Amino acid sequence: MKPQMPKNINEALQSNSLAGILDRWDYPATRAKAFEGIDFQALRRKIATVKSGVASNFDAVVETFTKNAQANGIKVFRANSPKEAKDYIAALCKEKGVKKIVKSKSMATEEIHLNHHLDQFGIESNETDLGEWICQLAHHTPSHMVLPAIHLSKEEISDLFSEETKKPLDSDIQKLVKVAREQIRERFFEADLGISGGNIAIADTGTIVITENEGNGRLATTLPNVHLALVGIEKLVPTFEDAEHVLKALPRSATGQLSTTYNSFISAPTRNADGSMKEVHVVLLDNNRTKMAADPKFKEALQCIRCAACLNVCPVFRLVSGHVFGDIYTGGIGTILTAWFTELKSAEKIQGLCIGCGKCTEICPGNIDIAGLILEIRHRIAKKEGLPFVYKGALQVINNRKLFHSLLRAGSIAQKPFVKDGFIRHLPFFLSGFTEHRSLPTVAPVAFRDLFKTIKQPKSETKAAFFAGCALDFVYPETGKNIIKVLNQGGVEVVFPEEQSCCGIPHWGSGSFDMAAQSAAHNLKTLLEDDPDYVVVGCASCATALKKEWAEILKEQGMEALIPQANKVAQRAYMFTELVNKLVEEKKLTPKEGIDIHTLTYHDSCHAKRHCGLSTEPRAALSAAGYAITDMKECDVCCGMGGAYTIKQSDVSMQMLKRKLENINNTGAEFVSAECPGCLIQLGGGLDKAGSTIKAMHPADLMVDKFQ
Amino acid sequence: MFELFKTRAEASGNTEVKRFSTTGEALGFIEDFLKEENIHDAPGSYAVWADGPLLEQVDKQAMVQKFPGLSFEVTEENAKGARVGISQLKMGIAETGGMAQDSEDVTQRLASALCWIHVAILPTTKIFPDLGDFFKRMHPREYKFMTLITGASKTADIERVLAVGVHGPEKLMILCVDDLEGEQQ
Repeated sequence: MKPQMPKNINEALQSNSLAGILDRWDYPATRAKAFEGIDFQALRRKIATVKSGVASNFDAVVETFTKNAQANGIKVFRANSPKEAKDYIAALCKEKGVKKIVKSKSMATEEIHLNHHLDQFGIESNETDLGEWICQLAHHTPSHMVLPAIHLSKEEISDLFSEETKKPLDSDIQKLVKVAREQIRERFFEADLGISGGNIAIADTGTIVITENEGNGRLATTLPNVHLALVGIEKLVPTFEDAEHVLKALPRSATGQLSTTYNSFISAPTRNADGSMKEVHVVLLDNNRTKMAADPKFKEALQCIRCAACLNVCPVFRLVSGHVFGDIYTGGIGTILTAWFTELKSAEKIQGLCIGCGKCTEICPGNIDIAGLILEIRHRIAKKEGLPFVYKGALQVINNRKLFHSLLRAGSIAQKPFVKDGFIRHLPFFLSGFTEHRSLPTVAPVAFRDLFKTIKQPKSETKAAFFAGCALDFVYPETGKNIIKVLNQGGVEVVFPEEQSCCGIPHWGSGSFDMAAQSAAHNLKTLLEDDPDYVVVGCASCATALKKEWAEILKEQGMEALIPQANKVAQRAYMFTELVNKLVEEKKLTPKEGIDIHTLTYHDSCHAKRHCGLSTEPRAALSAAGYAITDMKECDVCCGMGGAYTIKQSDVSMQMLKRKLENINNTGAEFVSAECPGCLIQLGGGLDKAGSTIKAMHPADLMVDKFQ
Repeated sequence: MFELFKTRAEASGNTEVKRFSTTGEALGFIEDFLKEENIHDAPGSYAVWADGPLLEQVDKQAMVQKFPGLSFEVTEENAKGARVGISQLKMGIAETGGMAQDSEDVTQRLASALCWIHVAILPTTKIFPDLGDFFKRMHPREYKFMTLITGASKTADIERVLAVGVHGPEKLMILCVDDLEGEQQ
């Protein structure tokens, strides 16, 4: 029986062999080794500059390529739509009497559903890339751009091959590969046409570059008498030298190789083995790429070199694979390409799987802010279609400070029947899914804003305004108190601007940029009231808003007048541990003598590490406070909280948490710390539910008795 | 430079690099190798040798008499049945362990793409530091078809497990010859 593609998230999570495969591969380490000695940041900037330049000038670059390739004897056709490309190829097949085709790997042919189209005319398309051939036999779409059949086990593949060869086969991978070689070899000789993709198209020289490891690309472009390459226009680069950057980054990012086995540079027709001249056709595919280039935000996505690094590092992709997280193009970049090459609507379900951790953005050799663009899709869907009613209602409540705060206070009473030791372990009926793998914290009886009034502040030259954020204010007020205590020990006087409200990150994360901008505007004024030296934040998500997003969101919403204030806040905004580290370095904060050393592992929250760029400062501050830090495996991989994500995609979120907890447990540390209440809710709840002795604690709670 | 090239090439998958001071020694090795691989006149056991500068020093007729399965006229048919394919490459890239082929003549591709073992002859003096050298020294304006070859044909499409010899050579044997094309290094 043919293996089925998962139709939904649950099915995907249950047939999860992908995570194990990616683990054995250890992509991050393999990739890092391949990039040794290369300045990755400089390289990705070069690629971005070259490709962005082309996207600014598609028509001219396409024209240059066409002119030069034609001068070399290559026939070039620009297809504006998938239909035009399919018609051209079908007409060529008719003209040449093509009955059989061999294809090397091409995502562009998948994009236009070429095989299906040619099938209607009785033309047989044979995939020859091993992974693509397996997908063809299984009637599956590729689940991964570089490893198309990675969702299937060797046993399933062995069954498919047995069915094809009508012979019983075992599942030894080396033997299966030889079966494929034997089965496919003759087809190269029988085919009338070889179809390839193209990884790079060089305008100046009219060259198509095909990179591959198997050698099927060489055979498909050599043995049949006609060769056609279908290439997206975003693969164009102006000069031969520009191709070097892509050839450096692509194999290292895609497979951790210094070079793929074969790179073919085809610039002109050459003679076939029978002495005839090969006919070479290049079809340049637009399919909305020009439209994409005209969009100021999404133009960036045309810098993609299709390496699939964003898939390999995505904590969600590894759990659900590309059949759920993607369409033809899968994963992070696949979500963006789907929105453009298919339609915005079709990306709606897929984009909801992105937790926004930013791993993809960090690793992308095309320097594309993939997570940011997925958020932009969310924003446009929200604008076009509005948010689902209930969710929008909730966001509006958050923005109404008084209403939100009084609801939270009411919540602290309503939750009482379910509370034990400060955690909710069971919830009734339909809500039980939320507490299956993780206990939820309770709303505190006294909010931080009320506690603060009871803490007497020292008078000092150095003043900090404390931005608590909703979680510290209402769920973890003791942590807020400890932050104040440590800052006071460092000689800092703290003020608490009463009017502060939600930072706007939940609105931003759901694509409601207008509400996020309102949050920014509301908070800016109140935070700067006392002209503080610092604005201290104990939550990495809020810190992201203050340090980075407020200025951007105000600009995006046309509220430029407030940007100078936003910049002022950004300059003064410090994450708590960042400021502690500074105070320790300035010798204003001194650790007590003879404090016991405790063991700790630090979880880098997505917002702290990738949005605020803070990973060494929190560790330094915790070390100064007497903690011996052992880094867990994947210390900067998302814990699965992601704000509303944990509710909207609870199954995926819980699988991510499970993995995180394993990594934490393996360190054997006494504590795990993160400077993000969201992560602490997730980690602490997970550890509690699992009955672990490891405590998840905010840095302030760990530091409170450690300084003089 | 040779050492780095050898290290990187041999790390690229089922590749062996050998170095010879003279063309004569390299030819001696090739003869032994063809014997070892039992090259004879039967499909699957042929050897094909594409044209190249080193062949100027070879008595082709004598070679064919010694190895009836060996052919210097590379065709689709004999390349398809070849166990060994021999060809000469233009330059080596130490950083990646790869080599550049002038692929305009189809026989160069047939001899290096269809066989089980590709024997690649490379002048030692033509090994350069990095990929940039390829972009400096070879250009599509002069070469209609170029190929960079790095290691043996491979795949990881099934469960991310490496397997060699998918559609191309299962093994790559690189013979670096010091006295080919120019002075010794």
